[in-house]
Amino acid sequence: MKKSEEFQKQIQDLFKSEMLAVLATQRNGQPYASLVAFWSTDDLKHLYFVTPKTTRKFDNIRSESRVALLMDNSTNQDADFHRSIAVTAVGHARELMEPDRAEVLLHYLAKHPHLEDFARSPTAALVDVRVRTYYMVSNFQQVRELHFN
Amino acid sequence: MKWVLNASDVMPDDRQIVGGKAYALALLAQSGYPTPETLCVTSRAYRAFVGRTGLGERVMLELHRKDFNDMRWEEIWDCATRIRNMFLRTPLPPVLATGLKKEIETRFKNKAVAVRSSSPEEDGRRSSFAGLHQSYLNIRGPDAILEHIRKVWASLWSDAALLYRREIGLDVEKSAMAVVIQEILIGTASGVIFTQNPNDPAQGVIESVYGLNQGLVEGSVEPDRWILDRRGKTILAHTPAVRQQWVIPHENGVRLASLPADLSGRPPLNANEVLRLYALARQVENSFKSPQDVEWTLNKKKFSILQSRPITTLTTAASDDQRGWYLSLHRSFENLKSLRQKIETERIPAMISVAETLGEQDLTRLSDSKLAAEIKNRREINQQWVNIYWEEFIPFAHSIRLFGQLYNDVMHPEDPYAFADLLIRTDMASMERNRALTELAELIRNDRRLAAQLKKRKYEQASPVFFEKIETFIRKFGDLSCTVTGGTQCVEGAEPLFDILLEIAAHPPQSAEQRKLKNTESLQKKFLESFTGRERDQAVELLDLARRGYQLRDDDNIYLGRIEAQLLRAVQEAKTRIDKRPRGMKKSAVSTELIDTLADLDYRPQTPNPYRVGQDMNFKIQARQLVGQPAGPGLAIGVAKVVQQHTDLADFKYGEVLVCDAVDPNMTFVVPLASAIVERRGGMLIHGAIIAREYGLPCVTGIADATTLIKPGDKITVDGYLGIVTLGSGEI
Repeated sequence: MKKSEEFQKQIQDLFKSEMLAVLATQRNGQPYASLVAFWSTDDLKHLYFVTPKTTRKFDNIRSESRVALLMDNSTNQDADFHRSIAVTAVGHARELMEPDRAEVLLHYLAKHPHLEDFARSPTAALVDVRVRTYYMVSNFQQVRELHFN
Repeated sequence: MKWVLNASDVMPDDRQIVGGKAYALALLAQSGYPTPETLCVTSRAYRAFVGRTGLGERVMLELHRKDFNDMRWEEIWDCATRIRNMFLRTPLPPVLATGLKKEIETRFKNKAVAVRSSSPEEDGRRSSFAGLHQSYLNIRGPDAILEHIRKVWASLWSDAALLYRREIGLDVEKSAMAVVIQEILIGTASGVIFTQNPNDPAQGVIESVYGLNQGLVEGSVEPDRWILDRRGKTILAHTPAVRQQWVIPHENGVRLASLPADLSGRPPLNANEVLRLYALARQVENSFKSPQDVEWTLNKKKFSILQSRPITTLTTAASDDQRGWYLSLHRSFENLKSLRQKIETERIPAMISVAETLGEQDLTRLSDSKLAAEIKNRREINQQWVNIYWEEFIPFAHSIRLFGQLYNDVMHPEDPYAFADLLIRTDMASMERNRALTELAELIRNDRRLAAQLKKRKYEQASPVFFEKIETFIRKFGDLSCTVTGGTQCVEGAEPLFDILLEIAAHPPQSAEQRKLKNTESLQKKFLESFTGRERDQAVELLDLARRGYQLRDDDNIYLGRIEAQLLRAVQEAKTRIDKRPRGMKKSAVSTELIDTLADLDYRPQTPNPYRVGQDMNFKIQARQLVGQPAGPGLAIGVAKVVQQHTDLADFKYGEVLVCDAVDPNMTFVVPLASAIVERRGGMLIHGAIIAREYGLPCVTGIADATTLIKPGDKITVDGYLGIVTLGSGEI
């Protein structure tokens, strides 16, 4: 396996094992962080999450589509410092509309089946984050980047 | 993974996965007692189902939507309804379905079976779930059996079971359910034995009915009863029943039928059979080493044991629990029918006549002393009707629930409250009042001069014809600012009514009825097509009963409001007299009596608002997103009209969100103006939710402290799909 493939595989594995991500949005220069349940495509180019349309995070995305997400496997122990992996994604967010919404939602709900009622509400938005770059931190301070063209 | 176990293969270690009932049955079978063929579906099958489908976490999300202790039992019922619907709509994962089906087919082919709950939490001594979880009789074929297994699983989350589990402190996250599939023996007689009489330890009791046991267990068939001497094993007494009915198998289930005449004349067991049966039961007691509550049936002259469990009522710890009360929340179809009869033929006519009689009395002619006595009298009458309301009218609402459950069982709708659309009737009193309001507003809308006169409060210039109509309205429906349950403040004159009419007239007309009714017919047709023969008749009857229950949920408050209005009329008269008293006049003893009477009535407990505490500290806690129950789908943004008292309704503006503690039907005249409804009291069948559904408004109920956390004039967003109310614009 090539180094780049290995790197991608590490991210894919992390995304399969983790349910939640920290989403960073902003309004008028003020950053804002929220917890979201995410799903990513195998090619890692898209990250998806669901939010009610009445939330701050969704308002923020509507006025500024640039966002970041943090996914990590830390377990709140000392060993996290050498063992855990954290991946930051930066990209553009937009609400995904039909017809794509229905298909993506099926995948999303396969990972988070208990969110069915929430995600199917007409007042919930399925947000598509088109990822530009991943930053992966491992072994405490080793940082690698994955750029999409 | 052991998803199923034969009764003969159950080991002592399996108790936790097969549950109390199945474990006892397995022991009986293994000890050689006559029992019907039995298969245990273990709690591992349940866990596989909820784990693989995500249902487990969905149930937990539903139960943790808000603090369980803050939920009213109506909310808990809603919770249970939604969970039950999730179970009905979630198919078994293929691997589980195939595995279970194969076992069921091999064992039972097309034989009729009972599908019974067997709770692993039931330890037999401290807790008893008897009657709280569901069991189904006379189910045939693997697919039907699989469907009923899901229903039994869902009954783990019934409202009664949830309340009971909360009471005895069981952890809901650990709850699971095992199921017993048992061949049905169509007995000529069935019954229950208490090997030791709960009321007298020296005795035993046998109860017996013709046909299946369900009639006895549910209380619809009266049993013959024998008292036996425990030591001598002799009959001490026999109390025959008035034998009129029995429960027999019918299509896919059972039904209550008239008992053939030749059976009604003799007891279901003869003396010899009673003694044989008691001897058998005592053997079972010896095997389990404690007095038992044994269910049995007599088939082809042979007794079979259907289940056996320790008698929980013998222990003091269990005897003071509330299980009986939780069970009483569920009324049977028969019980509801007689309740309806009573409400319709006795209660409502009496309420109307009480209000009328009180209305005819000329209060101005009473002396102060007589008026004070009259106020007390009216307060007692009012209280008496409030009590009847709680004891009879509220339980009658269970007809709606019974129907909802049947509808959901048959239709598996996406929205577990879709059945409410079938219950809407346009002849509800509050709807009739709102229609009359719409007509009055229409007159103003079409007559600019009249509108201007009313706006300037130059009533004397307005047309007498219009005023006659207003008077008719007030005579029929009362002064809108006055008739409110619990309120004592009345605004004199009809200004509030004119303000509301002007506001309605200033905006395009809305009609609630046109929205829904066209769907109702096809929905009803589809629902009834799922039944044939007798079952169809029963479904029609239940629908009718539920419609009446639904209508009464609204109307009963109006009737009650009329009686209360008469109490308020007397209070108003007293207030007027006290106010008119010349300044400085010495208080007479009689006036003091009146004043005291009023002071007594005016007492209102204050609810402390936890969020106000600490406002003088250097931080503040502010509500942003409040979670309640989604009670009417839709999304609306509007200015909050927080209603603390009835008079706040008078200046309700078009597009405002009605925020209140509890909507009662006497308040719903502002609903045609509202953009959404938010209510502190929770539930899907409360007035706020009913009326919101009628008008297609977003509605969220069960928001704790709604009227204190939301301030008048706040901009709020009501998400009726998710049950969320968001305050403010979310500046950061």
